[in-house]
Amino acid sequence: MKFDQPAGTNPIDQLKVVGRPTSRIDGPLKTTGTAPYAYERHDVVPNQAYGYIVGAAVAKGRIRRMDTSAAKAAPGVVTVVTTLDFPKPLPLGMQNIAHLFGGADVAHYHQAIAVVVADTFEQARAAAALIRTDYDRVPGRFDLAREAPNAPLEGGSSGEGSAAPAIDRIGDFAKAFAAAPVKVDRTYTTPDESHMMMEPFATIASWDGDKVTLWTSNQMIAWSKGSLAKILSIPPENVRLDSPYIGGGFGGKLFVRADAVCAALAARAARRPVKIAMQRPLMANNSTHRPATIQHVRLGATKDGRLTAIAHSSTSGNLPEGKPETAVSQTKLFYAAPNRETYMKLAVLDLPEGNAMRAPGEAPGLMVLEMAMDELAEALDMDPVELRAINDTQVDPEKPGTPFSERHYVECLRTGAGRFGWSRRNPKPAQVREGRWLIGMGMAGGFRGNILTKSAARIRLERNGRLTVETDMTDIGTGTYTILAQTAAEMMGVPLSQVDVKLGDSDFPKSAGSGGQWGANNATAGLYAACMKLREAVAQQLGFNSADVAFADGKVSAGGRSAALAEAARAGPLTAEDGFDPTDMGERWQQATFAAHFVEVAVDSFTGETRIRRMLAACDAGRILNPKAARSQVIGAMTMGVGAALMEELAVDTRFGFFVNHDLASYEVPVHADIPHQEVIFLDFPDDKSSPMKAKGVGELGLCGVGAAIANAIYNATGVRVRDYPITLDKHLEKLPQVA
Amino acid sequence: MKSFTYERATSPAQAAAIVARTPGAKFLGGGTNLLDLMKLEIETPTHLVDVQDLKLDRIEKTREGGLRIGALVTNTALSADERVRRDYGVLARAIQAGASGQLRNKATTAGNLLQRTRCPYFYDPNMPCNKRKPGSGCSAIGGYSRQLAVVGSSDKCIATYPGDMAQAMRVLDAAVETVKADGTTRAIPIADFHRLPGDRPEIDNVLERGELITGIALPKPLGGQHFYQKVRDRASYAFALVSVAAVIQKDGSGRVSFGGVAHKPWRVAAADAALPQGAQAVAQRAFAEARPTEDNRFKIPLATRALASVIAQAKAPRA
Repeated sequence: MKFDQPAGTNPIDQLKVVGRPTSRIDGPLKTTGTAPYAYERHDVVPNQAYGYIVGAAVAKGRIRRMDTSAAKAAPGVVTVVTTLDFPKPLPLGMQNIAHLFGGADVAHYHQAIAVVVADTFEQARAAAALIRTDYDRVPGRFDLAREAPNAPLEGGSSGEGSAAPAIDRIGDFAKAFAAAPVKVDRTYTTPDESHMMMEPFATIASWDGDKVTLWTSNQMIAWSKGSLAKILSIPPENVRLDSPYIGGGFGGKLFVRADAVCAALAARAARRPVKIAMQRPLMANNSTHRPATIQHVRLGATKDGRLTAIAHSSTSGNLPEGKPETAVSQTKLFYAAPNRETYMKLAVLDLPEGNAMRAPGEAPGLMVLEMAMDELAEALDMDPVELRAINDTQVDPEKPGTPFSERHYVECLRTGAGRFGWSRRNPKPAQVREGRWLIGMGMAGGFRGNILTKSAARIRLERNGRLTVETDMTDIGTGTYTILAQTAAEMMGVPLSQVDVKLGDSDFPKSAGSGGQWGANNATAGLYAACMKLREAVAQQLGFNSADVAFADGKVSAGGRSAALAEAARAGPLTAEDGFDPTDMGERWQQATFAAHFVEVAVDSFTGETRIRRMLAACDAGRILNPKAARSQVIGAMTMGVGAALMEELAVDTRFGFFVNHDLASYEVPVHADIPHQEVIFLDFPDDKSSPMKAKGVGELGLCGVGAAIANAIYNATGVRVRDYPITLDKHLEKLPQVA
Repeated sequence: MKSFTYERATSPAQAAAIVARTPGAKFLGGGTNLLDLMKLEIETPTHLVDVQDLKLDRIEKTREGGLRIGALVTNTALSADERVRRDYGVLARAIQAGASGQLRNKATTAGNLLQRTRCPYFYDPNMPCNKRKPGSGCSAIGGYSRQLAVVGSSDKCIATYPGDMAQAMRVLDAAVETVKADGTTRAIPIADFHRLPGDRPEIDNVLERGELITGIALPKPLGGQHFYQKVRDRASYAFALVSVAAVIQKDGSGRVSFGGVAHKPWRVAAADAALPQGAQAVAQRAFAEARPTEDNRFKIPLATRALASVIAQAKAPRA
């Protein structure tokens, strides 16, 4: 189905099922522990052996020798596959730059160099410790601050929507900035972060002749099927992936990872199915991470707060051939100003690969831009909400001929401020105390693109009148099963309980997948297209000629005649398949989602510990398909924002070249006690240029801007501005009031 | 994990004798730290002597008016005990500040004293670490040391003892009661129990080979106000950046032990004596010999401020 003009009124607009806060239909499976996650699929193939990955012990160098004799002789060991079994690195998968296996060269710490297969997990683990590896270490570049001054300009795309050229100039920034009466000119940093999803990378691989099946945990089935075929040098039709349940991904599972490759190689060598879950201590260094940035923001404004000049630059690092963290991308679109400059620099680092993590680009970019806006508001003696509101734009500020499809950022600001009680904030910092606590309020804007992309689905009316939906779309904990069932139920006029949804199988029609918050809108739009086809087939089967056939209450009706939907499948199931093709709708309009985040914090005046007291997000993200699932996405993202603001940081050892805190004890993410009351408000602005669903993504929007809102609240509480994330207590402790 | 054999001991002296005579043997209590370390092959015992049947799980009054805590009393049970909560509040609070409910259900009193450092380099078998592999070097020195020791460290090791419970035991002047392989018993003052790393950082404490902790004796109650203030990067389930265990009397005198700063609970007599003069005076004495790294220099002002917080609470009118 080509989507080449704004959607008119359609069956989704009935909102009998779509738009309702339905509990997730896969909830009972999850709460009873019966949802089949990759590592637990004991029933899919018999005789599964256990694989255990060995990671490189050095950050950069070459393997001189590996001695696997003791491991091979250890109890229960089936086989040992090493990277030296392959003369050179296996080909790269899509969007990746670090080879997952093969060859003697080590490009980063904990790169997979061997996989040990045994009858039990414990045997594989014990044998893995017996492998002796000698390396020739070579010096590497591990310190972003040291490499940054010589980093060249580099443009790029995050692969998840956000993108920016190496340098972009509109108007005359230098002149306008020099002339601006009020300015901010500051440098900020954000750290390397790890996805640290609960479910590690996990795969069971099984070969049948030259065909391989992988039961795995992956966000993007079609990408990864192609990638795996490329890595293994086999035709794509010989690869099947099945990933119905995913225990979190956050971008870490957009790609094929070492678990899948090692399981496939090991199963081939062992001549039996092999299952692998990557050990937690390998997760941070073996895989990808959100790269650290050094960002420089310059804002120039008139005395009444109108931005005249905006410049934002970001320097990040990556392995050779890697891409930059696109932290300036939102700055190109968020606020009006006639003179603009954005650029990115990219240093070569020999740390693990930097790549997409939830809202790549915008998440670290807004942590900085929105802190700079807070600094500008203070310099102007202006309310931060007002500053943002008066610099709103309804068109792409770089291409004024391109309007936003829908943009209600100002409504987010006003609604959020009202509900939060923003007017009670004392704009002068370090004024409000409750006993030992310094109290502050902060806010920030949120922005994240709305990506349109092709997505297909199949729907079948079964003989018994039930509907079966099949698409390779994934549910990474987001609620995809539920919103697809809601879409089918709405379109076909049946109760939700009549719909079965099957996901994540590469034999199903190719979908948008889960990434860049594009999954919900595009995947449901793909199913919408398939449903439109099924409606035609049903109408034809039942002998309706009229164009306006109604599907409601399990019946098909037109012209005074009515028949049960199930009648249409009496002779056999009716199947329809189609896809959503957004044509150039994403280019004719600038499409994005918007938020305003508000936070109240308390900072212990003695110890500097920050405790969040309240959080509120007001979101403009098109039609909300399921407010309960969407709220769950946003509060999860807000929680991730607390982590980014207060504690998350992969600590780099610049001598050995690795992330030191590579487990869940030392890489701290928020716990329940860190998270207070969270309120989410969805504004109701369906976007008819987004798809027939009129929906947009929300899962990444919820993170964008949260960190800055917290940082700004801390400043309001303490009067101490910390520009290096995360804002741990040591960074402001000695500037807090004297207590001893 | 290396393969190991396993047996359940029937008496404390028998357990001690087995471990003393069996090379590579270790005691197994709650296992909350040992099993993790075995999975990473940081600990590689060849034989485990499970002590959980030894009936060392009671809390009893002593003739001196104190309490004897069996080695196998769980952290949950200890922190919930009415007498502990009433008379040794610092201990109950310290335990509650540590780990999670699940871990406290399983962790034992003796095991808690014996938990090993959480230095990230100790936990990564690819990295040099004198505590894990004597003579291999210390990669924490000059590396990521934000969590590590500021005082009492050596050129060989800057690890900290990570626990909370022992900080309270230290201000209470508890004694660690043990039985040796030959059946003799002794009581080790908690002040002498944990070692400083010196040239032998692989040795955490003064226990002899096979010596088994049977219990902890607490002297009679101290009175005063009891505090345990733990400062960390998140609100729960994290090791202390700095903690302060303190008992403060009405006249402002008292005792204070600092956690998260050294290879053992850090209590200095001269610092205790300075309590009436305030946190600054205490910290000057407690950290006179401090040798912090660039990463963890903040722990000294943090410890000072955390103690100031405790003193302020002690002075505040009680609700």
